[in-house]
Amino acid sequence: MSEQILKISHLSKSFGKNEVLKDIDFSVNKGDVTSIIGASGSGKSTLLRCINLLETPSSGEIIYHGKNILESTKGIPEYRSHVGMVFQSFNLFNNMTVLQNCMVGQTKVLKRKKSEAKEIALKYLEKVGMLPYIDAKPRQISGGQKQRVAIARALAMNPEILLFDEPTSALDPEMVGEVLQVMKQLADEGMTMLVVTHEMAFARDVSNHVVYMNDGIICEEGTPDEVFGNPQKQETKDFLARFRNE
Amino acid sequence: MEVFQKLWSDIVKLIAEDGSRYLDGAWSTILLAVVATAAGCLIGFICGVIQTIPQSKSDSVFKKVILTVVKAVVRVYVEVFRGTPMILQAVFIFYGVPYFTSALSGGPVNLDMNLAAYLVVSINTGAYMAETVRGGILSIDPGQTEGAQAIGMNHVQTMLNVIIPQTMRNIMPQIGNNLIINIKDTSVMFIIGYTELFAVHKGIVGANYLYFPSAVVTMAVYLFMTVVCSVILRAIENKMDGPANYDVKTTDTLAQTSGTYNFPSRKAKGGKRS
Ligand SMILES: Nc1ncnc2c1ncn2[C@@H]1O[C@H](COP(=O)(O)OP(=O)(O)O)[C@@H](O)[C@H]1O
Ligand SMILES: [Mg+2]
Repeated sequence: MSEQILKISHLSKSFGKNEVLKDIDFSVNKGDVTSIIGASGSGKSTLLRCINLLETPSSGEIIYHGKNILESTKGIPEYRSHVGMVFQSFNLFNNMTVLQNCMVGQTKVLKRKKSEAKEIALKYLEKVGMLPYIDAKPRQISGGQKQRVAIARALAMNPEILLFDEPTSALDPEMVGEVLQVMKQLADEGMTMLVVTHEMAFARDVSNHVVYMNDGIICEEGTPDEVFGNPQKQETKDFLARFRNE
Repeated sequence: MEVFQKLWSDIVKLIAEDGSRYLDGAWSTILLAVVATAAGCLIGFICGVIQTIPQSKSDSVFKKVILTVVKAVVRVYVEVFRGTPMILQAVFIFYGVPYFTSALSGGPVNLDMNLAAYLVVSINTGAYMAETVRGGILSIDPGQTEGAQAIGMNHVQTMLNVIIPQTMRNIMPQIGNNLIINIKDTSVMFIIGYTELFAVHKGIVGANYLYFPSAVVTMAVYLFMTVVCSVILRAIENKMDGPANYDVKTTDTLAQTSGTYNFPSRKAKGGKRS
């Protein structure tokens, strides 16, 4: 077993009376690529948003390198800089160019020098194939390109884990491939990733761990072979059957 | 036709005799409007930012109390100075401040008329701008804040680097509106004796009774100032938007659709949320 980075235990989240996450337990080891699958509304986004504290969990623990980060609000920005997030709707900064998007976090949060930040930003923009577009504003590039910039922006912070919330769901079909390709490359290089996705091929072929969520609980989890090849729960079977029929 | 010839000769006479007074008046007007609009924007940004500070349950009691009090003070300020006529505010401050300072120092102390004018117009503009800025901040996609938080920016960093620059761009037309309103509305400062363009007009017609020709000249000068300001503000907006096109260094190797994209501005596709 490799080193454990993140351990979620007894995590619950309610919006008012609506209990969206119920007693979630799972952990992430270094180099893991975990896919979270499940129907819309099952709480996948809420789980990711709790993990990087965009939502405050109602109860439970998020243990990062042995320390419960919910104990105090002090270290939150620093913790977030170690846990990158890629959103369905990209959330690139509209007032900045592609290059500035990838530099601002480095200079303001990590306090890197401008020259160093630029070098690192260019390195990751090259990795995602966006080097030609460094002077463009987000509104001037396509959805797939925006998402690749968003990935480069997250990578430039040198995070330990990258969270992806349906990174290809807002994209036109012909742009899905370019984003998945970048994600697969990251996975191959050993990046620790937690991916909420409806791309079953990605979940099956790229990840080494699959979590099926249903109605705020982890219904079933295991290796892709276990979950896709031999699902144990009826809910999992039904969910996967719906995808096969599509 | 004769009446136009007479008007023309009156205008020529006015400009020959009092041209420099009109210019002085125009200068006082534009200076007051520009300085007070800038100061008002600053006040507005401070108030707007204060009013949008998020409050969370986990805040300490001390922070909660301070924040509630400060927000209430800002709210009262906005309501009072938006809800009363500026001409009355001028009188209120011009006579109100000495009322108290005289009592304190024992002798008569007058507030400098120029200072009072700058103060009143700035404070008045600030009250309007506070609401404009608040609305501007609220209209920014929450995804922008989340994107900033996700890379570890704190509230202040998010505001300074992401939210305020975008708000600033979005409310530029409103700032322009305020400037133009101020160019015209500073004329009410005659009430405390500040000599801007309208006061100059009144002074001149009081001596030569050329009411209409002087009104024509004054109108033209006001219009000139407002139009020039409009043009300058538009140029600033364009500058803020940056170039409409960007240079592509080489071709994108990952995109399956070849070529370059250039979406018309402000129409980029947003993501759907599930
Ligand atoms: N901010 C919120 N306030 C109230 N309810 C919310 C909020 N965010 C999500 N929910 C609810 O939580 C449930 C799970 O949502 P979500 O985590 O987005 O699901 P998924 O990402 O799996 O589609 C949904 O029923 C949704 O309506
Ligand atoms: Mg979701």
